[in-house]
Amino acid sequence: MAVEMLSYIDRKTPIHQLTGVTKLICFIVWSSAAMLTYDTRILAFLFIFSIVIFIVSKIKVSEVSFVLIFILVFLFINNMAIYLFSPQEGVKIYGSSHVLIEIAGRYNVTIEQIFYQCNVTLKYFAVIPIALLFIVTTHPSEFAASLNKIGVSYRISYAVALALRYIPDVQRDFRTIALSQQARGIDMSKKEKLPIRIKNAASIIFPLILSSLDKIETISNAMELRGFGKSNKRTWYSARPFQRGDYVTLFVFGVIFVTAMVVTFHDGNRFYNPFES
Amino acid sequence: MKKRVIEFNNYSFKYHSQAAPTLHDINITIFEGEKVLIVGPSGSGKSTIGHCINGLVPFSYKGEATGSLKIMGKDAHSLDIFSRSKIVGTVLQDPDGQFIGLTVGEDIAFSLENDSTEQGIMKNLVEETVKTVEMDEYLSSSIHHLSGGQKQRVSLAGVMVDKVEIILFDEPLANLDPATGQYAIELIDRIHKETNTTVVIIEHRLEDVLHRHVDRIIVVDDGRIVADMCPDKLLSSVILESSHIREPLYVRAAKYAGCDVIEEMKPSQLHSFSIESCKDKLLDWFEKANEAVPKEIKLPILQLKDISFRYAPGHETIKGISLSVEKGEMVSIVGKNGAGKSTLSKIICGFEKPRSGSILFKEQDITGDTIKERSFRIGMVMQNPNHMISKHLVFDEVALGLIIRGVPENEAKKQVEKVLKICGLYPFRNWPISALSFGQKKRVTIASILVLEPEVMILDEPTAGQDLRHYTEMMDFLAELNRQGMTILLITHDMHLMLEYTTRAIVMNKGRIIADDPPSMILTDSEITRQANLKETSLLVLAKRVGIKEPKEFVEHFIAYDREVRRQWQ
Amino acid sequence: MKGNQLSIKTIVAIGIGAAVFIILAKFAAVPSPVPNTSIQTSYAFLALMAVVFGPIAGGLIGLIGHALNDAISYGSVWWSWVAVSMIVGLLIGLAAKKLDIESGIFNTKKIITFNIVQVIAQGFGWFLVAPALDILIYAEPANKVFLQGLFAGVSNMVTVGVIGTLLLAGYAKTRSRSNSLTREL
Repeated sequence: MAVEMLSYIDRKTPIHQLTGVTKLICFIVWSSAAMLTYDTRILAFLFIFSIVIFIVSKIKVSEVSFVLIFILVFLFINNMAIYLFSPQEGVKIYGSSHVLIEIAGRYNVTIEQIFYQCNVTLKYFAVIPIALLFIVTTHPSEFAASLNKIGVSYRISYAVALALRYIPDVQRDFRTIALSQQARGIDMSKKEKLPIRIKNAASIIFPLILSSLDKIETISNAMELRGFGKSNKRTWYSARPFQRGDYVTLFVFGVIFVTAMVVTFHDGNRFYNPFES
Repeated sequence: MKKRVIEFNNYSFKYHSQAAPTLHDINITIFEGEKVLIVGPSGSGKSTIGHCINGLVPFSYKGEATGSLKIMGKDAHSLDIFSRSKIVGTVLQDPDGQFIGLTVGEDIAFSLENDSTEQGIMKNLVEETVKTVEMDEYLSSSIHHLSGGQKQRVSLAGVMVDKVEIILFDEPLANLDPATGQYAIELIDRIHKETNTTVVIIEHRLEDVLHRHVDRIIVVDDGRIVADMCPDKLLSSVILESSHIREPLYVRAAKYAGCDVIEEMKPSQLHSFSIESCKDKLLDWFEKANEAVPKEIKLPILQLKDISFRYAPGHETIKGISLSVEKGEMVSIVGKNGAGKSTLSKIICGFEKPRSGSILFKEQDITGDTIKERSFRIGMVMQNPNHMISKHLVFDEVALGLIIRGVPENEAKKQVEKVLKICGLYPFRNWPISALSFGQKKRVTIASILVLEPEVMILDEPTAGQDLRHYTEMMDFLAELNRQGMTILLITHDMHLMLEYTTRAIVMNKGRIIADDPPSMILTDSEITRQANLKETSLLVLAKRVGIKEPKEFVEHFIAYDREVRRQWQ
Repeated sequence: MKGNQLSIKTIVAIGIGAAVFIILAKFAAVPSPVPNTSIQTSYAFLALMAVVFGPIAGGLIGLIGHALNDAISYGSVWWSWVAVSMIVGLLIGLAAKKLDIESGIFNTKKIITFNIVQVIAQGFGWFLVAPALDILIYAEPANKVFLQGLFAGVSNMVTVGVIGTLLLAGYAKTRSRSNSLTREL
């Protein structure tokens, strides 16, 4: 059951030096830009720029490869599905049809379809490096403080911090429970018939829920005893002050975002169409 | 006269969820700078007293109170939980529940953050406080890399950072190995002396707390205060015995020997205990009975051959362990946290696959068997019963494993009822498990394994968190199972358990077995006890002071005598 | 959102709930008969938490749990589906008062109410919101995303209907205080 998870990777680079707030804002700006635009030129620029940032961060591809492999498989399946369900989507969007390979009727491969699907893929690629970097270069302690700083209520920010703090504990509990139930013959793998499997799943989840409810009680007592929630704001031990790099970065990302939006929407259409004229 | 910091006056309390009051007409006064220990069996109401002091009653647990409670001279009802938290700092029993931050620094800063303290001031305060608990090297360490004892020290720092006037410890020794517990008591003592804070400790491990001086002990039984006096006076009375609280073993031994323990002998600490007057009686008592039990040699039931295991490359958790357990043995596995005890038991049950080596059951190789196949031979009872219970009623929970194995209903019913009778749970068979006490729940989990008829049972900390009476009940029950032929392996921190109930102890350290001998021999080997974070039993020190030439045999004699006496409680 | 309305217990429930949601999503998926798909037990848990702790907790457990799980497991966040988890948690939570699970009673009438609510909530989320957002953000073909949503929606409805109902029934039992317990010899 060894499923890997992404976590903070400590390095000394300008990317790591940026405050969590800056990285959080950049991540949001970047995701929004990539979600809104469908302009191939912008997407390509975003992708290349994010690769550069990735290199600066000195994070090795091998450290995140398990995620990359998953994403590549996902994108492959997704592309197959798009083609299967709507092989002429590109023709619909770009309003022209250049058949490249003839297969059969609507499954004829058009340049428009290939171009459209490349754009879909690029749209994912443009976000992945930045998202990955945000996760592996932001110290989890700083994360909640950053959320609070950009306007999320500190109570909800702290809920996020608690989730990050207790994931390993819950995972350990779950493993213990699953193993001890398995030792009594309660199995939820393929070896059992489906209805039994589902019932067994409930037998494994139920102790986890009860012990989590106990945990909720203990933790809320502990937090209450240490004065959580007494006033409308709180400070954060692990928040870091803004430095010049933060301002510069935010400015650059702001400019990129505005430019991207202007280029994308100046003609009233979020798609870049190389086929017209 | 000193300032009164805590004052209960004719105070009674009843939880809304319960029919009867938990505290009856309590009167306690605690003065500034005092160090007070509150002891009592489970369910006596000692934790409720703690809750009343720190404000969890009535802010978190609702109920009706009568009488008055004053904290720092103010009526407790006029203080909300936040102003209460500035006066009383609480160190909870469960370090994982209290350690909320991701790193040491963050957790210590938690209450400062809630006060909106400016970051610079906060950092200074945290750095200052972390030194008092000797954790300064770990300031930026993640919680997940700390041991239980270290987490507890951080929790302590987290309340000290507020400069509280009262520190309340709720069962501080519950999750610690003996040596770490001893260190915790020393640390509490040092902080008490240096800061002149009022310290209140709630704990039932009396002898361990008395490792350092306490001013007063309050004994709670059945919601009433049955004693409130200095330790020397309490130990020379019969109060502890009648409340079923374990006295320090050396005091017990002296009393068994017929010595008249009086206050002037200063029995509260072994080094101050003047035993001149009872030397002869102790020698006498020891010489009266001295019998050796011959050991029969039986067939090995479980054999481990050169087992190695690691969770991650580069760090071996188990390094080439070989051992053999005979049928009908009762063996304890001891060692400090992280020594590999739990991992070893998981390997035996098939929860983890060893990297090399083999496991033999009755000389048959079972290394490749699945968890399910192993479970027919070896049963494992986890430390936390809540991790094993998934049914609503006692009967259904115990029957679950049989039903899944496809045992016909009639047959299953017969077997379940038999096991419930053995475990003393038969009268409760139709009760919801949530209505049972912690110890009873633990029994339910043992019953649910027992019903599957394994030949070997492994129990992880079977008596954790249980008072002397429940401990005795549980262990006598296991000893009875053992007499009926069950082979039992116990993972434990409790040295007395190991001495009293097992014939053999396997000591682990850093993934290796460093000793495998009778417990009385292990506890007299100072090198082994040091490496494994164990503690020399006070009986041994007593025996040496009295001048007994065979201190080991003295310890064994005490254990046998004590067991007989306690059997009469039931 | 005004933070003052959230009690400490609710905040902790959101945090721990999100952590449990993640662990269940990663480790407690039951293999289903359809190849390459699994029954997501995490939504049954989400439904339970929403009923016990209310709509805000339900919504935030869905949001935080799903977003964090995407982030730490896949390195990117599929916001369109995250939004659905939030909406499902929120909508089921709206029925919390009516179901009043703390009373310890979870009878047939309540089981039916719960299932109607969860089917409506999930139908809205998976059949409408998820495909709409996928089309809006990624301009994916409509028929593909609707089929995806249909499949995810139906399988989650069945999961929550079966496992969620079992969990709620179990939870309700732990709440009922039986004052009339006697030892039977």
